[in-house]
Amino acid sequence: MTEPLVQARQLTKHYVLRGGLFSRRQVVRALHWVDLTIYPGETFGVVGESGCGKTTLGRCLLRLVEPTFGEVLFRGENLLQLDRETLRQRRRYSQMVFQNPYLSLDPRMNVLHLVGEPLVTHTDLRGQALAERVVALLEQVGLSADQLYRYPHEFSGGQLQRIAIARALALQPLFVVLDEPTSALDVSVQAQILNLLKELQAELGLTYLFISHDLSVVQHISDRIAVMYLGRVVEVSTTERIFYNARHPYTQALVSTTPIPDPRARRTRVVLQGGVPSPLNPPPGCPFHPRCARALPLCTTDEPRLVDVGDGHLVACHRVTE
Amino acid sequence: MKEPLLSVRDLRVHFHTYAGVVHALNGVSFDLYPGEILGLVGETGCGKSVTGLALLGLVPPPGEVVGGEIRYRGQNLLSLSPAQWQALRGGKIAMIFQDPAAALNPVFTVGEQMELVTRRHRRMGRSTARRQVAEVLRSVGMPEPERILETYPHELSGGMQQRVMIAMALSCGAEVLVADEPTTALDVTIQAQILDLLVELKRTRGLSILLITHNLGVVAETCDRVAVLYAGSIVETGPTGAIFQAMKHPYTQGLLAAIPRPSSRGRSLQAIPGTVPDGLQPPPGCLFHSRCPFAWDRCRQERPMLLEIAEGHQVACHLYGGGAGQ
Repeated sequence: MTEPLVQARQLTKHYVLRGGLFSRRQVVRALHWVDLTIYPGETFGVVGESGCGKTTLGRCLLRLVEPTFGEVLFRGENLLQLDRETLRQRRRYSQMVFQNPYLSLDPRMNVLHLVGEPLVTHTDLRGQALAERVVALLEQVGLSADQLYRYPHEFSGGQLQRIAIARALALQPLFVVLDEPTSALDVSVQAQILNLLKELQAELGLTYLFISHDLSVVQHISDRIAVMYLGRVVEVSTTERIFYNARHPYTQALVSTTPIPDPRARRTRVVLQGGVPSPLNPPPGCPFHPRCARALPLCTTDEPRLVDVGDGHLVACHRVTE
Repeated sequence: MKEPLLSVRDLRVHFHTYAGVVHALNGVSFDLYPGEILGLVGETGCGKSVTGLALLGLVPPPGEVVGGEIRYRGQNLLSLSPAQWQALRGGKIAMIFQDPAAALNPVFTVGEQMELVTRRHRRMGRSTARRQVAEVLRSVGMPEPERILETYPHELSGGMQQRVMIAMALSCGAEVLVADEPTTALDVTIQAQILDLLVELKRTRGLSILLITHNLGVVAETCDRVAVLYAGSIVETGPTGAIFQAMKHPYTQGLLAAIPRPSSRGRSLQAIPGTVPDGLQPPPGCLFHSRCPFAWDRCRQERPMLLEIAEGHQVACHLYGGGAGQ
């Protein structure tokens, strides 16, 4: 068995909303007791609906936000116990690409500055050598040297996302968190970016955490997938099993209601009733029980734990283990 | 053959900007029949939303409808006076939007705004309006409609807000519903609920829906017919089954091939090279020719017309007929 690259143990993030004059202090449980293991070279997909904590998870794994509780191990080292300087040095190994390149790239910086910034921060490259390195990175993501002095507003969304990827790759990271990298793009451009990410992974041996709400995209790119609901990981398995042999009722509903561009596709859709409860006031027991067709009395009181049902297929559901 | 309820012919919309005239719609034609869902698909900037807005006379300045016809029950809407438009808009022809929170008024309760709009379109007293609005809310799957009437929009989830928008349209007696990306802002499990509701309203009330979307998956699962829009022109239209089984236009083919699906795992996706042509200076000939793998001389010179190649299936592409130059 290979050594894990990234591990989360009991990772928890609570956001405290300051109470106003008349309201109580409230706590949003964005991430609750999350355990997961990511191996080198794999694409680990994270899916879930808005507010399920997938973005918080990505940020906690890079310690871009400070987890409330738990551990993040990067190559066996607990990131949460590092001092400032060591953490700064470790940052070069894990990078992030954000959803909206129009917002994540500073409009006042040109491409040389944007892609070169991490190199200036972490290496001694300057001047001509820096420019050459940036050009090499641009070519790697399908852009060219004559775009070096252009500004973000001169590029299309797809090109901007390429710049964001070049910036993330500048320091030759091992681990890249991709937070909805194609959600702001049209399908034809999305296809280009997904292809690029695949090529770069094969070329550079990258490990991806791919966060998305779009199941078809996650299915296309991921080796393994974690499904999240209200801050919890409810199921983890290989892409095949998540799509064809899901065990958690929520995963089953999610898979069955994702529209497929084929009118001949006949399948049983499980349309869930109601909406996702507020993370301010999650239901007791299993967070999914109010929408679950198979809920037992036990589900309303006891929260199920993530258990291995065979071959590393993890499910958090009382009905699976019975 | 049934008569179309709404018939759009050669609709042209220009936006007069400082940089010049942007050709947003270059002659869009389609029919919407009673009790069907027609999907209008295309990518960002192809003119889907402008088409929807034009049907309600809502093209914002500096945009202007410069040509064409929109016939509703035989009457050309483009010749209506502003007062006539107002009576129709939100009444017989209603629209729902991507962001229901922005479409609802945050300072009135759901009940107040629904009653107001309903009474504007149908002559009835307060209490009758109240009863009717509650009834309609129930029919769109809202539990406890009386309680919902007392809430403000921000107290409802996105899915519930969208149901309120749909209910408002029905309450005013809509025959045609223009739904502009109604589920794009919603989660998949909620999207499924709203799409099911639209299909149910089509079946039970005979509602005609123009479903504007960028998601071919949504089209495949809900629409009876599809029209594919590219750079302000319809490039292909036909029954959903025929389009997905035997799409003819290279753009439609490219669009479908670009979508990740189970069979694409482990392989590269087929991306469409190039970018959408500049609306300020549309190229001569077919608007897709610069990105088309099959383009030939004629495509660079002559704009193709929509031609019927099978029952109800039309394509605007020189590859399929036109005779001359083949």
